[in-house]
Amino acid sequence: MTRYLIRRLLIAVPSLLGISLVLYVILALAPGDPFSALASNPSIPPAVAEALRRKFGLDDPIMLRYWHWLIAMLHGDWGYSFDSRVDVDVLIMQRLPTTLYIIGSSQILALLVALPVGIYAALRPYSLFDQIASTFAFIGFSLPTFFTGLVLILIFSIQLHWLPFVYRTNITATGWAGVWAHIAQAIMPVLVLGLFQGGSWTRFVRASVLDVVHLDYVTTARSKGLAERTVVGRHIVRTALIPVVTVVALQLPFVFGGAIVTEQIFRVPGIGSLLISAILANDTPVIMAITFVFACLVILFNLIADILYGWLDPRISYR
Amino acid sequence: MNEQQLRDLIEDVRAGTRTRREFINRMIALGLTAPLASAMLLQSGVAMAAAPYEYKPTKRGGGGPVHVLWWEAPTLLNPHFAVGTKDQDASRIFYEPLANWDADGNLIPVLAAEIPTINNGGLSEDGKSVTWKLKKGVTWHDGKPFTADDCVFTWEYASDPATATYDIATYQAVKVSKLDDYTIKLAFAKPTPYWADAFVGVRGMIIPKHLFEQYKGGNSRQAPANLAPVGTGPFMYVQFRPGDLVRAKINPNYHEENHPYFDSIEMKGGGDAVSAARAVMQTGEYDYAWNLQVENRILQLLQKAGKGQLKFLYGGDIEHIQLNNTDPWKTVDDQRSSIKTTHPFLTDPAVRQALNVLVNRQAIHQYIYGPAGLATANFVNNPKRYVSKDTSFEFNIATAIKLLEDAGWKPGPDGVREKNGVKLHMTYATSVNAPRQQTQEIVKQACQKAGISVDLKAILASVFFSSDVANPDTYTKFYNDIQMYTTTMTQPDPQLFLAQFVSWEIAQKENKWAGLNITRWRNAEYDALYKAAESELDTVKRAALFIKMNDLVIKNVVVIPVVYRPDVAAAINGLNTRLSGWDSQMAYLKDWYRET
Repeated sequence: MTRYLIRRLLIAVPSLLGISLVLYVILALAPGDPFSALASNPSIPPAVAEALRRKFGLDDPIMLRYWHWLIAMLHGDWGYSFDSRVDVDVLIMQRLPTTLYIIGSSQILALLVALPVGIYAALRPYSLFDQIASTFAFIGFSLPTFFTGLVLILIFSIQLHWLPFVYRTNITATGWAGVWAHIAQAIMPVLVLGLFQGGSWTRFVRASVLDVVHLDYVTTARSKGLAERTVVGRHIVRTALIPVVTVVALQLPFVFGGAIVTEQIFRVPGIGSLLISAILANDTPVIMAITFVFACLVILFNLIADILYGWLDPRISYR
Repeated sequence: MNEQQLRDLIEDVRAGTRTRREFINRMIALGLTAPLASAMLLQSGVAMAAAPYEYKPTKRGGGGPVHVLWWEAPTLLNPHFAVGTKDQDASRIFYEPLANWDADGNLIPVLAAEIPTINNGGLSEDGKSVTWKLKKGVTWHDGKPFTADDCVFTWEYASDPATATYDIATYQAVKVSKLDDYTIKLAFAKPTPYWADAFVGVRGMIIPKHLFEQYKGGNSRQAPANLAPVGTGPFMYVQFRPGDLVRAKINPNYHEENHPYFDSIEMKGGGDAVSAARAVMQTGEYDYAWNLQVENRILQLLQKAGKGQLKFLYGGDIEHIQLNNTDPWKTVDDQRSSIKTTHPFLTDPAVRQALNVLVNRQAIHQYIYGPAGLATANFVNNPKRYVSKDTSFEFNIATAIKLLEDAGWKPGPDGVREKNGVKLHMTYATSVNAPRQQTQEIVKQACQKAGISVDLKAILASVFFSSDVANPDTYTKFYNDIQMYTTTMTQPDPQLFLAQFVSWEIAQKENKWAGLNITRWRNAEYDALYKAAESELDTVKRAALFIKMNDLVIKNVVVIPVVYRPDVAAAINGLNTRLSGWDSQMAYLKDWYRET
């Protein structure tokens, strides 16, 4: 097991290097530059943009810049944003709590919906409940989040005036009012993301459980006279969850990555909105840091998913 | 109108037979900008009108919080690094200049005790120096006194190339010296008619010497005050999250009595313009939203919800079509649109005049921009003498056809006009933006009726407006026959604005396409007028020069002005916002209050 872990981690190093190189080169070759606002303003002499380019090291060859970036990253220096001149790790840490809160809650909501609904629907396939659940799941993941987001705003903010549609990070109210303010502003973004995710996961859980439900060992368990609860809980769900775990684990890095569209609609200051504004401003160090951390997380969660398999299915061994 | 008539008009104002407003309106009708007109009065010793804005609160504070929404979020709070308006506006909450521009283009003292004039000895007769007297008793948010040293330091800081400030040109143009603790002198190398640039308005915000002294030059990025500003302004720093939020609380020692009214301000960033307008005018979650470049139809709809109103701030921004004087399809010296080439048909005056009457400005104003884009015949102003000649602001396809026919452009078998084997076929580029694509369609249809075939091109704004030397689609390369965008007038003086047509500013490979003259138009008369205006100290003569320059541009159809565009904002009902199109929208935040 330890050897397996070490081997996997060693394999991860070249993949990460490759990913970072590709990311860096693509960003460097992409059109646009962080100082276009300077260049298109007639009252700013071109020398200013040139001085800044020199200062930020943008005139060096790409490979040299990549090398500098890599060395700094290995020392824990993520660089600083060209746009706000703030260190990138500070920017990311400012956004992380909000992202974890909103996206994390939405993923939990998605699981809370998907697991019971998916399992129940699979145990009674083609029943009325299954039909309704499938229809809603289908609608849920078919509608794009920008659409459901706008519909929710239209209903709850504009028509009913129940919920705010601008997310605030500086809620000053204390006590229950403060708690409610935090919850109220999170309801719509969490619903939008959670139901979207929940929809596709429900379909997945249902299919996975349905595959297992008719296997012989389930019939054996039933004929042994085991309680239905035990049959479902220990024999069906545990086996059926293996593919679900992969899907969920691979989804978890997105909790960090944020939800670009939804964050934009509700003005949630998360990582996603940081990424999109960095892209629009050609703020390479920020884009690089976010995408690279994201790549690391994807690789890490892949590994975690593989390890979880072993726990869920003792037949899998690691060598 | 000649110089003598202008002088008579000024005398009328002085004598009181004509109001100041009448004079300014008359000048605007003549094509002068409001700031220029009032500068003419100012220099001639006619006192400024009292600001029409009425500030009712009788004590400082007590107004609660004010929430403003900047959908492009501020990312830095150092005013001298603030390239974008979002950052300039956010910085203006904390920092102040010596004087603000008001909506009519007058200077209003803020940290200055008075505005320099020739009469009070602030302006020298030779136009080479300006003396500012500073307001006494002003303190920084940390309690240290504000003195001439801070002004001199701000100049040193901003003019140091190693600091890399965006307003370096403004501060390199002057030498600043301290006369005493509350007087500074600005010296110019040559006579400078437009002296109110350094220490004034957006570029004029003064920073405290005691906090930035250590961070001048190469290490300017490390200054803690870049993220936690300490200024003299009406509000003091509380919290800043780049790209999301700026928070500030009332400055209890603000230097203006009974100001400000609000106890705190929160500037929220992010999102998009439409929902920002909605958050003010439809749900009332926010008090003020900035820069609402949204389709007029949607804005009018949101305004009907009745919670807020639209505000228009008139500056000098103009949406216009540029005609290429060089050949965008021939490569010379590794570049297209080289000044060594001439355009095959756009250099024909008849074609230019025809295009000028094929742009239906009235329809574009009425159906696309509404009050956020007013039809105009001028680049800077409105010269009546232009209207009397054949190139008027009217839209007339028949006139266009006649012009082309007379010049020998005959329809070919495919309906497209041609002459000597040259076809009237052109590409028309602009950035991706709904109103621009609609305008393109309107112009294209008119052109087709006149026998000019048009290929429309819409380029992503991030590419079109980039300075990327390697990209062929940037607006400065102008590898198209005609193109359209908005030129912003960043200061209330047309000199720099009109540098877009001088021959030594032509954008070419040699200057990495950083020249201001995009149309590559060359005209000796224009160049001479521009040079004359640069050193003309008499504001009346200078105004006459600017009018002539505009006329040359319009008469030669160097560009076709489409609509004149004010900034659009929204304010919740009851919020009194003092605003100026010539300054930051936060410039008069100290004067904002809520009607109770």
